Amino acid sequence: MATQTAAATAAAATGRRRWSPQARREALWAYAFLGPAFFFLFVLILFPIIFAFWISLHDWSLIPREFPLIGLNNYIEALKDPLTIKSLKNTIVYTIGAVPVGMALALVLALIMNQDKLPLRTGFRTAYFIPVITSWVAVSFVWVWMFEPRYGLVNAFLAWFGITGIKWLASPVWALPAIMIVAIWKGLGYSMVIFLAGLQGIPRELHEAAKIDGASSWQGFRHITIPLLNPTIVFITVTAVIGSLQVFTPAVIMTTRQGEAGGPIDSTRVMVYHIYSTAFRYNRLGYGAALAFLLFALIMVIALVQMRLTQREIEYG
Amino acid sequence: MTEITMSPSAQATRVRRRSWGELVPFGVGLLVLAFGAVWMLLPLVWMVSASLMPLSEVIKVPPIWFAPGKYSLNNYIEVWSRVGFSRFFFNSVFVAFTITFAQLLTSSMAGFAFARYQFPGRTVIFILILSTLMIPFQVIMIPLFIMMARLHLVNTYWGMIIPAIVTPFGIFMMRQFMLGVPKPLLEAARIDGASEPYIFSRIMLPLCKPAIAALAIFAFLGSWDNFLWPLIVINSKELWTLPIAMSRFTEQYISQTHLQMAGASIMFIPVLIVFLLMQRHFIEGIALSGLKG
Repeated sequence: MATQTAAATAAAATGRRRWSPQARREALWAYAFLGPAFFFLFVLILFPIIFAFWISLHDWSLIPREFPLIGLNNYIEALKDPLTIKSLKNTIVYTIGAVPVGMALALVLALIMNQDKLPLRTGFRTAYFIPVITSWVAVSFVWVWMFEPRYGLVNAFLAWFGITGIKWLASPVWALPAIMIVAIWKGLGYSMVIFLAGLQGIPRELHEAAKIDGASSWQGFRHITIPLLNPTIVFITVTAVIGSLQVFTPAVIMTTRQGEAGGPIDSTRVMVYHIYSTAFRYNRLGYGAALAFLLFALIMVIALVQMRLTQREIEYG
Repeated sequence: MTEITMSPSAQATRVRRRSWGELVPFGVGLLVLAFGAVWMLLPLVWMVSASLMPLSEVIKVPPIWFAPGKYSLNNYIEVWSRVGFSRFFFNSVFVAFTITFAQLLTSSMAGFAFARYQFPGRTVIFILILSTLMIPFQVIMIPLFIMMARLHLVNTYWGMIIPAIVTPFGIFMMRQFMLGVPKPLLEAARIDGASEPYIFSRIMLPLCKPAIAALAIFAFLGSWDNFLWPLIVINSKELWTLPIAMSRFTEQYISQTHLQMAGASIMFIPVLIVFLLMQRHFIEGIALSGLKG
């Protein structure tokens, strides 16, 4: 990982004299360069996470400023609160719906893009990437119109196939899938670019050798592309799942009616909105902090399970 | 494969040609790609088109795509001056630039420390920083708000900026990139008597342009798009950023689609222009973070 400088190696060899003037000078410079980042990291991330846990053990409100210690009651309440369970369920359904479909589409597109002599490759890449750089807030407003039951483009398109009358954001059944569609649309270009970089890292000779040995394209895909693409697949899965569990902006902007988001009938209430609403709209900071730790735990568990599962596939592949 | 035999040199210079059996899936693939690209761009094209139309045209059934005869900048003028987007635009730009500058400074300095020096605690501190990568913002936003309130920074620019001054991702990315810079270059400068700050700012930083560009893009877009934290920490209208101002459309201007699209376009068009100009850096940056991260 780190190649030591000649001076440090010499000092280590003599054992006792670790603090040569040279080594001391280096260490001082290192701390000076590291100082600002470490200070802010400590104050803005490390301390707050401990503070957050402390808050979650209290019935904490801003006005009136009082916070009796209540132990783990917030966590117990969270596991019993129907609204929390509903929010957790929505968040998980959203993730399970959006991530696999988005990844499969991105992989198919990347495979098409990876072919030799593809005309307009850069143009396609630009087109797919533009939604990625577009702000979530702007995108959410556009898609509210796209899903408009009467004027919207989505229903106009579906009408060609005889499908009519889906109320999308006004329907408790279709509102969450509508947000998933937006997320897939927006994230496609990002996953595609990373898949493409992964695919380009696979030596061409492997596929050519397999072809000579009589392997079909599918066999080549299954036994060469997928196993060698595994690190990329793990990376995209983990980042996409973590991102999806933290969905907020579209779920708020696309569903806000009379100042309240998450509807209709809480069908799009996701965890981050639930945390935000609990802590900052209903002034229950302690309970909000406990909910945030619940989300954190979910993210950690899913990320670890996923890394295990996806890594195992290497051995089968 | 229907490859005609050629002289070895000709074969080497010539890329292999597709057979008919390959051409069909190739064509289908191209069609899929083109169809997808249309869907990628359609909503945004409509957004910009609708931002130029009066409301009466926007809500016509069946939907109108383009109405060049009726285009005007009226919606933009209204959003920019009457709704107050000029101020919100300035706020967004100011906050995003400050955050980008701060993140570049803290990340490149810390990355330099890890990539260049040996010092006690090097591994421990690095692992500590890596472990903070996993912490979701939602966990720390409540204590951060309480801290900001104690420091009287709620409802100020600093309240928006300070929590984003440092990013573990940025430190990690700069360290990875700087480890790849050849040591002899730096040692030569040191032997010539260059000071450490000089080596950092005049030798290391210019060699890290791709990483700096990528990090700047991430930092800027992250701030430009940030909705949750300003929503928590900002109340007064003079400090609203564009996402907050846009979100108010869901209450105040609920069915004013033409104004909403003008607002959304104001958020979109500057970013699009920068993206089209610096596209290579964007895509390389994504690949850089994706593969090394």
